[in-house]
Amino acid sequence: MLSIKNLKASVDGKAILNGIDLEVNAGEVHAIMGPNGSGKSTLAHILSGRDGYTVNDGEVHYLGQNLLDLETEARAHRGIFLAMQYPVELPGVNNMTFLRESMNAIRKARGEAEIDAVSFMKQVRHRAKQVKLDEKLLKRSVNTGFSGGEKKRNEILQMMMLEPQLAILDETDSGLDIDALRTVADGVNLLRSPDRALIVVTHYQRLLDYIEPDFVHVLASGRVIRSGGKALALELEEKGYEWLQEGAVA
Amino acid sequence: MGLVDSEMETLIRSDYAEGFVTQIESDTLPPGLDESVIRTISSRKQEPEWMLEKRLAAYQFWLNMQEPDWATIRHPPIDFNGISYYSSPKKKPQLDSLDEVDPELLATYEKLGIPLEEQKALAGVAVDAVFDSVSVATTFRESLSEAGVIFCSMSEAIREYPSLVQQYMGTVVPHKDNFFAALNSAVFSDGTFVYIPRGVKCPMELSTYFRINEANTGQFERTLIIAEEGSQVSYLEGCTAPMRDENQLHAAVVELVALEDARIKYSTVQNWYPGDNQGRGGIYNFVTKRGDCRGDRSRISWTQVETGSAVTWKYPSCILRGKNSVGEFYSVAVTKGLQQADTGTKMIHIGENSHSTIVSKGISAMQGSNAYRGLVRVAAKAENARNHTQCDSLLIGDQCAAHTFPYIEVKNPTARVEHEATTSKVSEDQLFYCRQRGLTEENAVSMIVNGFCKEVFNELPMEFAVEAQKLLAVSLEGAVG
Repeated sequence: MLSIKNLKASVDGKAILNGIDLEVNAGEVHAIMGPNGSGKSTLAHILSGRDGYTVNDGEVHYLGQNLLDLETEARAHRGIFLAMQYPVELPGVNNMTFLRESMNAIRKARGEAEIDAVSFMKQVRHRAKQVKLDEKLLKRSVNTGFSGGEKKRNEILQMMMLEPQLAILDETDSGLDIDALRTVADGVNLLRSPDRALIVVTHYQRLLDYIEPDFVHVLASGRVIRSGGKALALELEEKGYEWLQEGAVA
Repeated sequence: MGLVDSEMETLIRSDYAEGFVTQIESDTLPPGLDESVIRTISSRKQEPEWMLEKRLAAYQFWLNMQEPDWATIRHPPIDFNGISYYSSPKKKPQLDSLDEVDPELLATYEKLGIPLEEQKALAGVAVDAVFDSVSVATTFRESLSEAGVIFCSMSEAIREYPSLVQQYMGTVVPHKDNFFAALNSAVFSDGTFVYIPRGVKCPMELSTYFRINEANTGQFERTLIIAEEGSQVSYLEGCTAPMRDENQLHAAVVELVALEDARIKYSTVQNWYPGDNQGRGGIYNFVTKRGDCRGDRSRISWTQVETGSAVTWKYPSCILRGKNSVGEFYSVAVTKGLQQADTGTKMIHIGENSHSTIVSKGISAMQGSNAYRGLVRVAAKAENARNHTQCDSLLIGDQCAAHTFPYIEVKNPTARVEHEATTSKVSEDQLFYCRQRGLTEENAVSMIVNGFCKEVFNELPMEFAVEAQKLLAVSLEGAVG
C-alpha cells in the first residue's frame, strides 16, 4: 500500500529525514517510535502533505501512485488520514458541519453521492458514543475550547467517520490519561481491517499496550535504526532509546 | 509563506460577477450642481414647495462645508461638478403591474437573481426595486396596505403623505449633520419610505434592491422608516452594481425612528463594484445611517455585510433616547484588492437603562484596509447605561491592514462599557487541518471566514444569511493560502 524508499527531507535547509525506508501493507499496523527530534512527526507530515518540507531525495508510492505529487486534499481523497498531535481550533465552524463537509468533499472527489443528513447523524452519534465524546461537543466549534483529551477523541471520531485506507496517528497518546488512552485505542482497534493500514507514531510504549502493532520501527536522526515485532517496543520500554542509539553508532 | 501568498493572490482575484450594463434610454441631467439643478430635480419629481425649500437650504449649507478627511481612506478628490444628479428611465412605467415594466429592466434583475415575481410572495418578501433614481416596480402593496403599512418610494411619500414626511424627515439626520448628508439632503433622487402604524407587526420582510446603472450618475438614496408605538418591522437592503470605469459616488441617508416599544431591524448586504485590481473604478460609498430610539423600550438593530465598494465610509448609529431602549450593531466588512473601509457605529446613550451591543468583524485580504471606528457615548442623564463592544479582525495574507478606533465618552458613573478586540490570521495550521480532511483551500478559507462571521450572520434574516455566506465565499474566492 505504502512504499517509502530512501526518503530524505529537510526544513529550512536542516536535514530531518536522512533516508527512510518503509513498506506498509494493507491490514498491517506499524508503530514508529523514537526519541524527540528523530523525525517521527516530520514523516507523518510529509506523508499527509503538509507544506514547509523539502524532499531532497527518495520516493513515496501509495496505492501505485507517486504520493509526493499529490496535493494535500487529493491525498485525503485517496484515503490518507492524519490524526494530529495538536488538533487545530476552528472558531465558529460547527464540528458536525465540518465533519460532514469533509466527508462529502472526499465522497465527491471519488464520484460518490453526498451522505444524507439522516444517516450522517446516525453514524456520527454512534461513533461519538464509541469514542466517548460528549454529544454537546458535536454542536460546538471544531476543537474550540476542547480539553486535550476531547480534541484527541474528536480526531478519532473523524477518523472513524472518514474510514481511511491509511491512517496515521501522530502522537495521539500525548497528553492523554489512561482512560482516554484506552478509549482512543479502542476506537483505533475498531478500525483495524484487512484492507486498511495504520501507522502509529508514538514516543512511549504504553499506547502499544492497547494498539498492538505488527511491526515496530525505531527512528533516530532521521533513519530507521531498528525494525522488529511487538517485542521491540517492550525492549525499548525497558532499556530506553539510548541503548539503540549507542548500538547504531557502534 | 511565499508560495502561500501567491496562491492567496490567485484565490482572491475573482472577477466581479455582477458587471454588466443595461441598455435603456435614460433621461439624464448634464453633470454639474447648482440651484437650477436642484430646482429641476424637484420639479421633475413634482415636489411641493416645502420640499424644494428644504433642498435649497441644505444646498446652501453644503456649499460652505468641507469634505471630511479624518477617515483612514485615500481616494482622488471627488469632482462634485463632474457628476450628474438626476437620471431616470425614460419610459416611466405605472406601478400597477410588472407587465408594464421595461423588459430590459426585468432582465437586469433576472441576471442579478432578484425574482420580482410572485415567488417572493411565497418567501414573504415585498420588493421595492430602485433602478437608478426612480422606483419602477412595487409589489405586494395590497397585503401591506391591509395592515396599514405604507411602503413606497420617497418621491411618492412626499406627494401622498406630506405631513408624515415633514414631521420626520431630517429629524434624525439633519442636513447640517455632515458633508455627505447635506449633499444628499439637497439632491436626493429617490428612496424608500416605510410607515408602520401603532401596534402593527409588519406582515413581511421589506426588501429593496438598489442598482446603480447610469455611467457618471451619483446616486443619492433617501430612506425613512417610522415605527409607531409597539410596532415592528424588518427591512432588508441589498445592493449590486454593474462594472464601470469611473468612480461612482453614492451618498445615501437612512433615518429610522422607533417610538415606544417599537422595533426596527435594518439589514444590509452591500456588494457594489469594488474597482479592478489596479484600483480603477469602483463605488465610493459615503453613507449616513442613523436610528433614533425615541420611545421607551424601543429597539433598533443594524446588521450589515459589506463586501463591495472601493471606499466605504459608513457608521450606522443609534441614539438611545428612550428609557430601556436597545441599540445593536452587527457588522461584517470585507476588504480585498485595494478596497478600503472605514466603518463602525455610534451608540449614544441618553435614556436610563439603555443598552447597546456592538459586534464588528473586519476581514482584510490582499492589500485591503479595514478600519473599525466606533463611538460609545454615555450622557450624564443615562443612568445604568450598558454597552458591550466586540471588535474582531481577521487578516488573510501579510499585505492587508486592520485598524480599530474605539472612542468611549462616559459622563455617568453608573455606566458599564466593555470593549473587547482581537486580531487573528487564517493560519497555515488551520488550512492544513482542513485540507487534510479533504477540503480545498478555497473551501477551507470560506469555512473559516464564515465561522468568524457567524455571530453576525446569525442576526440576518434566514434568506439573507444564505446570500451573505455565498457573497462572502465569492468575495474571497482566490483570497487565501
